[in-house]
Order: sequence, then structure tokens, then C-alpha cells
Amino acid sequence: MSLVTLRRQYRNGETTPSEVMARLADTIVTRDTKTGAYLSHDLDVALKAAALADLSKPLGGLPIGIKDNINTLGQPCTCGSKFLVKNYISHYDATVIVKLKNLGAIPFGRMNMDEFAMGSATENSALQTTSNPRDHARIPGGSSGGSAAAVADGTAFAALGSDTGGSIRQPASHCGVVGLKPTYGRVSRYGLVAFASSLDQIGPLTSTVDDAALILQAIAGYDPQDSTSLDVPVPDYGVEIDLGVKGIRIGVPKEYFCEGIHSGVQKNVESGIRQLEALGAVILPISLPHTEHAVATYYVIASAEASSNLSRFDGIRYGNRADNPADIIDLYHQSRELGFGSEVKRRIILGTYVLSSGYYDAYYTRAQKVRALITKDFKRAFEAVDVIISPVAPTPARKINSCADDTLQDYLADIFTIPANLAGIPAMSVPCGTTAFDGSDSLPVGIQILAPHLGEGIMLRVAKAIEGLSLP
Amino acid sequence: MSHAHIDVRYVANLARLDLTESEVGVFQSQLEAILSHVESLSAIELIDEISIDAPRLGPMRNDQPHESLLPGAVLRNAPDQAQSQIRVPKVVAEA
Repeated sequence: MSLVTLRRQYRNGETTPSEVMARLADTIVTRDTKTGAYLSHDLDVALKAAALADLSKPLGGLPIGIKDNINTLGQPCTCGSKFLVKNYISHYDATVIVKLKNLGAIPFGRMNMDEFAMGSATENSALQTTSNPRDHARIPGGSSGGSAAAVADGTAFAALGSDTGGSIRQPASHCGVVGLKPTYGRVSRYGLVAFASSLDQIGPLTSTVDDAALILQAIAGYDPQDSTSLDVPVPDYGVEIDLGVKGIRIGVPKEYFCEGIHSGVQKNVESGIRQLEALGAVILPISLPHTEHAVATYYVIASAEASSNLSRFDGIRYGNRADNPADIIDLYHQSRELGFGSEVKRRIILGTYVLSSGYYDAYYTRAQKVRALITKDFKRAFEAVDVIISPVAPTPARKINSCADDTLQDYLADIFTIPANLAGIPAMSVPCGTTAFDGSDSLPVGIQILAPHLGEGIMLRVAKAIEGLSLP
Repeated sequence: MSHAHIDVRYVANLARLDLTESEVGVFQSQLEAILSHVESLSAIELIDEISIDAPRLGPMRNDQPHESLLPGAVLRNAPDQAQSQIRVPKVVAEA
């Protein structure tokens, strides 16, 4: 059920937040044992909030799952890591949580994720495995895999995730739900545990496009606590969402329909594009010539920023601390060795290397310059088109543990989502039918809409039109 | 960026990470594969700017007092504490 429908039921007196919270907790017990989307939830706190819910508020009494890297007062915030399982309970609310609470929402549940948001499968969670509710042998995508899986499984009405290189859109695509990464700076990052600060954004995972607009409306806006937050007005996203696509110029980048894309994914996305054209959209071929360099650029910049951000996890102020260190340096080494999983260590080492003396210019500075070229590609493209459409991922969800040793291959699968983060533009994933893949008859496919800087309005408008299409 | 070589153990030590022998071996080949891929960036003709149309980032917020984190709440997360302070091992090396 969507948030909009649930809100209508509240207002019609058909149910109450307390009833819904109790039912939701029962549903989690019966369904989430298999899916593993929730790391924890605090029903007592949620029931108290439900009893006091103000249904006149825009999100009054609506429960929303929270990725476990967004601080929520009194709740754990493990980031899917052993480092933060002990000795960390959030003592403040992230700005997005403050905004949700002020509008009446009930943050409920801590959703599983790849450790410190590093991964595309939620296999890197140090705490538990999450499976894809569409086929439990498969990954839900990542890193916001718990958020996407819960929405797909009906154990959450909606959830927040974070997206550094596709971590909202790719799991949304794999699980068949809607996922939206806002423009960089549109939503405050205060209280989000930082992975790569120039790329991270918080956004919604929902069952409908209207719900994504509803949550974006609630969490967007300037925040003096985040110096990268944009001090520009937030438009009413409901105004244009139902206006359709007639006359909208849609760019289709040739670089996103390349070798390696699964035929079923390509067929569904092309079917969606043809149907949009039939509704009056103008389809234009475009080129984003530096796309092939996006993954390399991303892994230099994201790892560099991660190595710096994760230096705070040293065993001193919070989190894991080694029991018997010889001295303070040994305490750092042992605490980090025991607390971090392999993917986190790999990226910290890569980031430390590309920032080290003698390599900084060759790797980090060069990657920043290529990032500028990728940004310029989009700027040029958006002079001719209003939005860009592409697949979200080259293939549907793969099987769990089927890519364990080929790290580079897993990184390359993020090729279609990473460019939006590098350019700081908004992008979202909308379900685009299903296809047969690797022994499964019917796996979700996602279509990606990319829009210019602060172009969430037109992006949601196209997304809503796609939601109404008849897709394979 | 002449060739992809990384001394994994040395860099891990810079990052205050201990690695097992098996981790060193696995990371060595994985990181060299990633760095080889990254070397494709060296063939690109670059432009001077690092950022195009950099959004309005980095403003300082008004210098006004506001609520801070409460010491008691912060200390509750500390692995070890004494006398309202976080306790750590001795940080002064022997002479």
C-alpha cells in the first residue's frame, strides 16, 4: 500500500496509526525472517508516536523505514558494520529525521545496508544477509538494499536510503520499486554518516512516484548545519507531476545502450521510450562521450573521500575498541581491524593510496578533472533535452554470492548510475516491467530518468507518466 | 601512472589497518586490477577547470550560539570514560 493511500485511510477513519504500527510489526515477524531487510526496530517508541499522531499534518502517522546510516535519536546506527554494533546509540536526529517528525511521520525500523554504504548488493553488510523479495536467491541490490527490499516486500510503506553511486536507484530497480536521488545539496546530509561527502545524497524508496514526491517535499530544503546544502526555495512537486510528457524532449544517450546490457533490460527500456513518444514526448538521440570513464573516476574520488571520512572510526569516542592494545597506535590498528569488513578496508586502502604523496595529482586531481568533463557532458546535453532516459543497471538482480571474487566487475555494473552523482544532478529509478534472466522468469527492470540540476519537478513528471505505461 | 603497483601492506599501515596475510594477497590483485582500470583516465584530454558551474557550496553559517551536543549523551557512546572524560591508553611514548 502507498503512503498516499494510507493517508487517505487515516483521514477517512478506516484505520489508525496504532493499528497500522501493530499490523506492520506482525508483518515484519512473518515476512522479514526470509528477506532480512530490518536490522532492528523499536515498536514501543513507534506505538507511542502513533498514539500521538497528528493526522492533519502532511505525513501524520505514516511509518517510514530508515537506512541504518541516518542518525535517529535513541536508535542504533550501525551502518551495517561491526564497528558500530556496540557503543553507539544516536544522541541526535539527522535533519531529514527532524523534518519527517515535524510533518508527523514515524521513523520506524533500521534498514540493512552494505557496510558504510560500500557495495551494490547488500552482501557487504557485516550483520546479516538481505535477499530480494522477488526471488530470495538473489541480491536486493545495494547499498540501500534493506530499504528497497522492505518496500518491495510490503514490510515498509516507504523508506529513506542514501545514494553515493546509485545506492538508491539500483536496489530500487532490482526490487521493482521507485527510488529517487535528489540534486546534490537539495537534501541536507547532516546526520548521515558520511561515505563520500561530495557524492552522498539522502532520498526516498517508495512503491509509487507520488510517494517519492511526497517524501522529497518533506525532506528537501536548506539546512545551515550542512554547508553543501543549497539555499534555494523548494517548489511544490505536486504542481506538475500529473501534466504528462507531451512536448517534453527526452534524450537517449547512445553510450547507455552498449555491449553488456542484457537484452531484456534493453527491450523493456526501449519499449518505455516508444510509449512515451506515443504520448507526445520528443525522443532525441544524444551523446555523453565520457561515460566510459565514470566508474574509474568515481572509484578514485569516492575511495579518497571514504578514506578520509572513515578515519574518525578510531576506537576512541564511540564504536568498537580493542580490548588490550599495547599503545594508542595499536588501539587504532586493532579497533579498525576488528571493526571493518573487507570491502571497507579495500576502499580505505585505495583511497589512502590515491591521496598519498607522489600519486595525488596522477590519480585524485586527474579524476576531479575528468569529473568536470562528465559534468560538462550533461550540461551540453541538457541544452537540447529536458530529461535523459536510460537503464538503471545493465542486468536484473544477480544471484547472491555470484560475484564474490570479481570486485572490478561488480564496480563496473554501476556504470549507468555513477555519472549522476559525479555531476550532482537528480536521477530516479522507476519500475519498467520484468524480464527473464539467469534462470528466473520474471525479475524487475528499472528505467532511469536523469534531469538537470534542481530538475526534480520535471523528473517526477516523466516518472509519473512511465508509471502509467503498459510494460512487458 | 606508469603501471599499477601498490604496496598494500605499506598503504594499509598508513591507514592504521592491520591485514592478515591472506587479505594482503587478495587485496594486492584486486587493487592492481582496479588501478589498471583507473589508468584509462591518463589517456583523456583534460580541461583546466576542476569543477564546472560549481554550485553555491561552502557558505559559513551565521555565527550565532546554538544548542550543542550534550556531554553526557556523547559520553554514553564512549568505550571507556572516567571523570566525565573519554579515557584512552597512555599516549606518551617511553623515553
